[in-house]
Amino acid sequence: MPQNAPVLDVRDLTTIFHTRTGEVHAVNGVSFDLRRGELLGVVGESGSGKSVTMMSLIGLLPTPPAEIRHGTVTFEGRDLLRMDDAGLRRIRGDRIGFVFQDPMTSLNPVFPVGHQIAEPLRKHMRLNRRQARDRAVELLELVGIPDAARRLGDYPHQFSGGMRQRVMIAIALACDPDVLIADEPTTALDVTIQAQILELVKDLREKLGMAIVWITHDLGVIAGIADRVMVMYGGQIVEHAAVREMFARPRHPYTRALLKTVPSVRGRREPRLTVIEGQPPILTAAPDACPFRDRCAYRFDACDRRNPPRFDVGPGHDAACFWDFDADAPRGRVAAHA
Amino acid sequence: MLDAGTGREPLVRVRDLKMHFPIHSGLLRRRTGAVKAVDGVTFDISQGETLGLVGESGCGKSTCGRAILRLYDITGGSVTIAGRDVAHAGPNELRRMRPTMQMVFQDPQASLNPRMTVARIIAEPLDEHTRLSRAEKTARVHDLMDRVGLNRAFANRYPHEFSGGQRQRIGIARALALNPRFIVCDEPIAALDVSIQAQVVNLLEELQDSLGLTYLFISHDLSMVRHIADRVAVMYLGKIAELSPRDDLYADPLHPYTRALLSAVPEPDPEAAAASSRTILTGDVPSPANPPKGCNFCTRCPSVMDICRRIDPDFREVAPGRHVACHLYDTTQDGRPTAAPIPTRQGETP
Repeated sequence: MPQNAPVLDVRDLTTIFHTRTGEVHAVNGVSFDLRRGELLGVVGESGSGKSVTMMSLIGLLPTPPAEIRHGTVTFEGRDLLRMDDAGLRRIRGDRIGFVFQDPMTSLNPVFPVGHQIAEPLRKHMRLNRRQARDRAVELLELVGIPDAARRLGDYPHQFSGGMRQRVMIAIALACDPDVLIADEPTTALDVTIQAQILELVKDLREKLGMAIVWITHDLGVIAGIADRVMVMYGGQIVEHAAVREMFARPRHPYTRALLKTVPSVRGRREPRLTVIEGQPPILTAAPDACPFRDRCAYRFDACDRRNPPRFDVGPGHDAACFWDFDADAPRGRVAAHA
Repeated sequence: MLDAGTGREPLVRVRDLKMHFPIHSGLLRRRTGAVKAVDGVTFDISQGETLGLVGESGCGKSTCGRAILRLYDITGGSVTIAGRDVAHAGPNELRRMRPTMQMVFQDPQASLNPRMTVARIIAEPLDEHTRLSRAEKTARVHDLMDRVGLNRAFANRYPHEFSGGQRQRIGIARALALNPRFIVCDEPIAALDVSIQAQVVNLLEELQDSLGLTYLFISHDLSMVRHIADRVAVMYLGKIAELSPRDDLYADPLHPYTRALLSAVPEPDPEAAAASSRTILTGDVPSPANPPKGCNFCTRCPSVMDICRRIDPDFREVAPGRHVACHLYDTTQDGRPTAAPIPTRQGETP
């Protein structure tokens, strides 16, 4: 994408949850930016902190139990973490749109979809009933729902899973946001329906030019749509690179293992699947060592002493690992990524 | 017949299996129709083989697996496992057959009793079907825990104390308790994280090798099925669209639905993703309560012809071991194709 000015700039975001059994350190010092018009993929397994990161930055987490302990989130020159609820509400649904994994639970079952699309239009854009209705039809047509005008009065249960997710996308796009955050939007869908939604998103990006954050655990989806990728593990970004670079030259042992553990429908069929032994870490304290070390084949003494910072390993590519895969040796004194 | 031609005796023989669920409506709850969840499914599974059963949600693949194990009373057809008729067996007879055939469920959270310890969960089938002494049962439970890679020291813990992958191991140990010959694995890895899926799949493969198990592996994950299955059946709206040996199916899918399904799987390779041209199906799967006339895929098929909207195609063998239900492979009486064959896979590297 041409312009490199970030629309969203997140620095050192740290989110913890207070639970009966103590603190859970879900997000530990996450920093990234989102540039105008790009699609940033966020990959990680459950518990890696990918959803909590995104929910933290637009104030969607209930506090308590959540607590955002550090960090800044700069959007249009203002820090979202220091904004009051009214201010955040003005931004959510207007400047920043959201699409969640399960369209059934995020749509209100007792209102027709037309009403749910028109609501943000009337609240944020102050359209009258007629204008909001026309815009709602336009949006449903945009996301490829046939016979849009007639379906405005239908309720969510009258739509199939894929169609519901299209409705969710239409709501998220209603106010023409600068940023769209999509949290596993195709995970609950069948592959043929997922393929339809991915094509739709590619198409909408070209038409509307918004920046998108796409959270998923599916490396295949990321390969097809993302410009840049962040890999999260244990509440941290462990690797970040442009999409082709990430798949061609992964530089974190977790990314490398993850790429190998996924079988392919084309390509070579391995007789045995590569396994990442062990379990993801339980984040009861702030990390003082590498979160991946227990499952890592490259572990050495440095990994137990310190949590590795993100080292630059190539142009626009960083990895939080003390092992230098290019030299095949422990990393020397290299400038760490800020 | 429908086995891979390996000369092995089929352990499981399914013929024209039908499972229809009635729809009741109106004031008097009269029967007004039926959801044809499984509507005429035929296949064999050889001893020691893994048959993958794939399809999208609602295609009837799980119902098919459950019907084979007689978790439902089937509407029609026959099921034979190890030479015995499962579909029409009486309750006592069926109970005696249960140890041979077991199931691993999708959601280990929901299929394990939260109030029972792991040891009791794994021992429950032993209580039901064997007369082992307490000491023998404990020994068997420990042995099973070793086999599935669970630490014996955790035998007295409860399911919630385990991670998703470990819980699935508990479910597998329970399925193995009675030395079954045939296991239906219903989406056993769908609820697990990517890095844990491979652990469970490798375990299932090891157990198959050491115990000579036969699997029906039900999944929507085409890449994992390619890894684990010997042959693959693709289901659509209650019927099998295609049944082929694994390598043939993935290299050269015959049925237009198989092609579309494979082409929809996102490739974890940005270069390939940019180069390949995808077949994107339009529309959604029709309701199994009201399937379209003719071929059930005709509403979404990119190669649809007139005949498809009128006549339901037969499921037949078109090449050794390769079965397909599609009019594109119809032949005239002298054996020539009636339709021009569709071009094989495009835009993909071999």
